Amino acid sequence: MSIPFAYNLRNLVVRKTTTIMTALGIALTVAVLLAILALVNGLRTTLSISGDPLHVLVLRKGSDSELVSVFLRSQFQDLKFKSGIAMGRDGQPLASLEVVTIMILDGADDASSSNLTVRGLPPAGIEMRRNVHLVGGRWFRQGQREVVVGKSIADRFAAGQIGKKVHFGRGDWEIVGVFDASGGAQGSEVWGDLFQVSSDLQRVDAVSSGLVTATDPAAARALVASLNDDQRLGVKAMLEQEYYDQQTSSAKPIESVGIIVAIIMAIGSSFAAMNTMYAAVARRSREIGTLRVLGFSKGSILSSFLLESALLSALGGMLGCVLALPLNGVATSIGNSTFSETSFAFHVTPQIMLTGVIFAVVLGSVGGLFPARMASRKQILTSLREG
Amino acid sequence: MFRYLPLVLKNSWRNKRRTVLTIVSIGISMCLLGVMIAMFHAFYLSNPSPEQALRLVTRNRVSFTVFIPLSYRDQIEHVPGVRAVSVANWFGGVYKDDRDPKNNFARFAVEPEKLFRIFGEFRMPEDQQKAFQRDRTACIVGRDLANQFHFQVGDRIHVTGSIFPGDYAFTIRGIFDSPRNSEIMYFNTEYMEQSLPEPRRGNVIMYNVLIDDPSHAARIGKAIDAVFANSTAQTKTETAQAFNVAFLALLGNIKMFLIGISAAVMFTVLLVSANTMAMSARERVREVGILKTLGFTPGSILGMILAEATAISIAGGTIGYLISTLLLRLVMKSPFGGYMPPMPPFQMPVALACVFTAAAIGVMSSLVPAVGASRTAIVDALRSTD
Repeated sequence: MSIPFAYNLRNLVVRKTTTIMTALGIALTVAVLLAILALVNGLRTTLSISGDPLHVLVLRKGSDSELVSVFLRSQFQDLKFKSGIAMGRDGQPLASLEVVTIMILDGADDASSSNLTVRGLPPAGIEMRRNVHLVGGRWFRQGQREVVVGKSIADRFAAGQIGKKVHFGRGDWEIVGVFDASGGAQGSEVWGDLFQVSSDLQRVDAVSSGLVTATDPAAARALVASLNDDQRLGVKAMLEQEYYDQQTSSAKPIESVGIIVAIIMAIGSSFAAMNTMYAAVARRSREIGTLRVLGFSKGSILSSFLLESALLSALGGMLGCVLALPLNGVATSIGNSTFSETSFAFHVTPQIMLTGVIFAVVLGSVGGLFPARMASRKQILTSLREG
Repeated sequence: MFRYLPLVLKNSWRNKRRTVLTIVSIGISMCLLGVMIAMFHAFYLSNPSPEQALRLVTRNRVSFTVFIPLSYRDQIEHVPGVRAVSVANWFGGVYKDDRDPKNNFARFAVEPEKLFRIFGEFRMPEDQQKAFQRDRTACIVGRDLANQFHFQVGDRIHVTGSIFPGDYAFTIRGIFDSPRNSEIMYFNTEYMEQSLPEPRRGNVIMYNVLIDDPSHAARIGKAIDAVFANSTAQTKTETAQAFNVAFLALLGNIKMFLIGISAAVMFTVLLVSANTMAMSARERVREVGILKTLGFTPGSILGMILAEATAISIAGGTIGYLISTLLLRLVMKSPFGGYMPPMPPFQMPVALACVFTAAAIGVMSSLVPAVGASRTAIVDALRSTD
């Protein structure tokens, strides 16, 4: 027969100072783990909604990112009339020729300056991006030195407001509007007119990439295959979603460092939990003896103490979730594969919190194992005499 | 004060298991803190190695992903205080299969005759240096890289360009030793330049600049940037150390990361230590009463309990610091190591910071139980049955 659950619960309540201190230590460990997981998860979420399943991105063969890709205007003419491409409102294929570069947005000092992605694109490029819509001002006019900025730029930088000027290429550009990308990575970009931007960069004929909208997902896959097989074009095509998936690799170092840190902290915390449980066993020596006399087996003593330490650490895990929750939605940024910034928010999901609680229970149970074994092995007579 | 030391040490050892567990727990947490402190120290507070202090990096002001012209080299050479300038092109490219992170080692296109002048700390036999300069398709690899792939002098390596298109075949002509992580390959920028289509030639990602005196670094850097202030491609010149920090900062906000984790670790240690001290003080209420009866003042009782906690946490802190030096070795051996400033195994400021933090935590953690014990009335203390 097992010892009632209420027994453990009450014990934790009676020694509340120790319980709270041990649980808080575990909570901090869990909070560190959760912060890292939420960071990586936030980046993944942002990147996963950045790619449209119908979009096919075309780069030069051998390029991994738009920044290092060189895509020729003549290649674009061939690309535009491939089969499987949807038609726009004007009856033209939904295809966008784009030029990508990087600009520096000056902050108050060097540390607060940021690198931003600049994209020059034709009107079709805006129409194609269904997740993008204007939230302030107006779109840039063709042939003008005007740009619109993503919402996360306008939110984060004083220099990114409508009416301010930014500098790149051969001069200043006026910010005339702000667009929202529904949480996608495009919200961290600066957009301007393709011709104006590419001529400023002296890259009128050799721009960066092509983007086309396929009629349906199957057509998108067929388009990718036929473009990659086309020896004459010499391009690398991929689904836009795949492209953004690859970019999550920039979070890999942080993720692995964070997990290592959390594991080391967990080892430290499990020793602390062990300490607490040894003290609990020592103080309740008489109780253990009494329980044995009442007929509870060694096994049920063992499982009871294990349960108690699991309970203690689960409490710590839940406290850790509470500590990490305020992080949810906090905006941050990370360098992407083009060495400019992608803004995103920490994303604490129930799944991540569950991971945290399980992590806590595992470390607590490991810490509780030896004390519980010691408790179950106590001689009845000696333990009754102790304390 | 010190005459109580034997009693303090004896008291801290009365429950051996608890003390050992506490020390181990604090030690493991403090080893993380040690690594964080060492990294913070290396990034923001330490002096660069003498060779590194003589190096500046010049790149496009916007980003090092935007090119600057090759013609800048001669102009930089003419800036007073500059001893040598070499092209340093981050090549990128794909070796075998780039999905395996092992294959993504750093590859730089440089000027072979200047490399060992600018990187004075690199060591390579004279004949290998000569061969590297003579053979245009030569490359040299760091010892760490050679060990990882079992490269030997004479081996051929094929790399496909990404930033600089083309297929390149290199012959390994030398293996160099470096005090830092050396998973790096260097090759002749001339070879790359000749393989590129005409319109793509003459572009440089950055220049390594060797200067005459570390104390002139700021002045020379400003002077270089001033030369190009009115051109389309403005430059940014900074010390090699600052450049490395900026490069790593692209991974995320390093300062926040270091401070955040350190704070969490310190708080955890504080809790662990406080818990232990609370447990041991609770057991000893009666004993404190006896000590008071014998004439110990509340002050000395307070001091003894504080000293006990401090002794335990200093022991934990010292162990933590020792483990952290081992961990740092691993960090330096990792691929990030190449971007880190050199971190000698023993650094006085780091060691002191660790031990002092531990001591401070010890005092703070035991303040509450110590004050409580020193204030308890003798009668109540003696009556306690716990």
